Amino acid sequence: MDLRDGPEEAAFRATLRTWLEANVPAGLRGFGGWSGPAALALGRDWSKRLAEAGYAGLTWPKEYGGEGRPWRYQAVYLEELARAEAPPHLGVIGLGMAGPTIIAHGRPDQKARYLAKILSAEEIWCQGFSEPGSGSDLASVRTRVDLVGDQFVVNGQKVWSSYAHIADRCILLGRSAAAGEKHEGLTYLVVDMKSPGVEVRPLRQITGEAEFNEIFFTDVAVPKENLLGEVGGGWRVAMTTLSHERGTFGFALAGALDVAVHKLVTLARERAVTDALVRDRVAREWIDLQALRYTNYRALARLERTGAPGPEGSVAKLRWSEANQRLTKLAIEIIGQEAQVADGDGAPAYWRYQQLRSRGNTIEAGTSEVLRNIIAERVLGLPRSR
Amino acid sequence: MDFSFSPEQDQLRAQARSFLDKRWDRASWPELARLGWTGASIPEAQGGAGLSFIEEAIVFEELGRALYAGPYFSTVALALPALTCAPDLLAKVASGAFTATLASGTAVEARRTGDRWLLRGETGLVPDAGTVDAFVVHARGPDGIGLYLAEPHGAKAQIRVLDTVDASRPLGRVTFADNDARLLAGPPAAAKIIASTRRRALAALAHEAVGVASHALELGVEHAKTREQFGRPIGAYQAVSHKLADTYVETELARSLAYWAAWCIAEDDGQAELAAVAAKAYAAESAVAACERAIQVHGGMGFTWDHPLHRYYKRALWIEAFDRSSAAHRAEIAQAVLDG
Repeated sequence: MDLRDGPEEAAFRATLRTWLEANVPAGLRGFGGWSGPAALALGRDWSKRLAEAGYAGLTWPKEYGGEGRPWRYQAVYLEELARAEAPPHLGVIGLGMAGPTIIAHGRPDQKARYLAKILSAEEIWCQGFSEPGSGSDLASVRTRVDLVGDQFVVNGQKVWSSYAHIADRCILLGRSAAAGEKHEGLTYLVVDMKSPGVEVRPLRQITGEAEFNEIFFTDVAVPKENLLGEVGGGWRVAMTTLSHERGTFGFALAGALDVAVHKLVTLARERAVTDALVRDRVAREWIDLQALRYTNYRALARLERTGAPGPEGSVAKLRWSEANQRLTKLAIEIIGQEAQVADGDGAPAYWRYQQLRSRGNTIEAGTSEVLRNIIAERVLGLPRSR
Repeated sequence: MDFSFSPEQDQLRAQARSFLDKRWDRASWPELARLGWTGASIPEAQGGAGLSFIEEAIVFEELGRALYAGPYFSTVALALPALTCAPDLLAKVASGAFTATLASGTAVEARRTGDRWLLRGETGLVPDAGTVDAFVVHARGPDGIGLYLAEPHGAKAQIRVLDTVDASRPLGRVTFADNDARLLAGPPAAAKIIASTRRRALAALAHEAVGVASHALELGVEHAKTREQFGRPIGAYQAVSHKLADTYVETELARSLAYWAAWCIAEDDGQAELAAVAAKAYAAESAVAACERAIQVHGGMGFTWDHPLHRYYKRALWIEAFDRSSAAHRAEIAQAVLDG
């Protein structure tokens, strides 16, 4: 056990820190989300620069254009990105979910066609999993994927798709068999978002901006070679995607929480908080942050030993989301009524935005209820609740 | 960064678990010593194993899980740091021939007559007061607080063992009436030892708390899998399973904090103090909550004297009350973070 960086990690961290200071575009510092066309334009360029410097696909195998590094480097990368309040690579869905799924299940021609452009951010990916009628119960998706002649035809509606409004490709989970078969009837496709019949409608969220979208598919033709895995074998492929969703994601979350706790402490110090109850709540958030950080280190040790993310990923997501909701609420309580009328880019406006945005944290990427089910059933071995 | 245990450390954990499965009573102390646990961090030259606090932490976690009743916490966490000033005793601790505890408080005075030190006054609450061979005593001498070693035999010292909620670790009070004592460390060296003892004790209890919570969780999960109501195991109801999931999550977070604290102590890291306080505050509260949830999941049975859960609950409450409440520990953290 050694909780310090080893010499190589320390050197990697130092180089990255210097690189970030020199390269994060001014317009993207203090990053709070990809809203607005200006940020997006900067984002493409920023992602390309990350890729050129070797920071995209750190853990991807070298044969697919990655760096082939151990997971700990991805952890350092995510920590440093958060510390610099720098935006992630614009292609997070491609890098973290679509790419690893293609590496695991794709044919050589699919790997050649997709992977390099994910790294370079030439192609941005989105995820077409959730539907209006299928949220937590993902296997109930109803979007049709029918083989007609030598191509698939897709009909249906997807929802909560981040990046869909700028995406070039979509990983889509649909149904190709009779509705009676649940998991066995699912098929996993790569869909070109520029195909005729694809319509993207942004969804305005509680904060007023639109980070995610609805996608409508009407008789969308998809070439047969875009199939990932087998017809009817989509569930297994989707599980690969979801396990990667929570792989080293915990480090990004703990990094973001580190920034948030730091800002909360700064706010409380500036306002010279003396209320014992408020101070107790600040201390709780500080302790929770340390707990999450070291739980991530434990998860990392396990990931490096076994190659597969453990249940700690669910723990990290669950606790981060609840911590972020508590601490942003605490911040607007400290600020008081000012936070209700805040605009511009000062601290009150920042916290007002963060507090509202945090309500999505316990819903997106697995609701807290589903995560507790996962822990109860897969970790504790309790009987299924349904 | 490497948060993994060495094969030897994993072995120690496995050995501790299988031993304590059968022997958690006080009579097993000599065997504990033979396994090398009492001398884990004592240098090899003094008969110990020359290991670090991380190995001791592993043992503490397992002792908590087994609700071990012997004076390991008292001897190894509370007394050992001061006993390093008495190298002749270290070998006896390592061999299991000598146990001790810590008697703190502000009311004991030390006075010198010739080449002898005499103690007078009543101590605060002392863990395992009735069963140990000696007391490390905080006492006010002519120059301030020092650390003294007093042995209870030879009369004059009156020991009252009190009816304690956790009967497996009773608290007592000791009243000294001019008892002979040996000076271990005078001020200012004593202050340093007292601070490092507190860090070790808080971290040790954080590990015990993790062990307690883990066992309460196991009992709760086992019951939820087997107990059926309305035709299904009660663990199939989310009102039950989500409580247990919360215990799992909190116990894992507490374990992370506890090993962070152990590592900081083993490495003499600058954050050791804060880490130990944070770990104890979080782990103690989590262990209390873990036991309360497990009792609830067990229904009426969890409320009975015959079921083992109440003993775990009482140990968790004992831990929570040690040194300061978790709320008071968080006030320390707030001070460091907000006023430092």
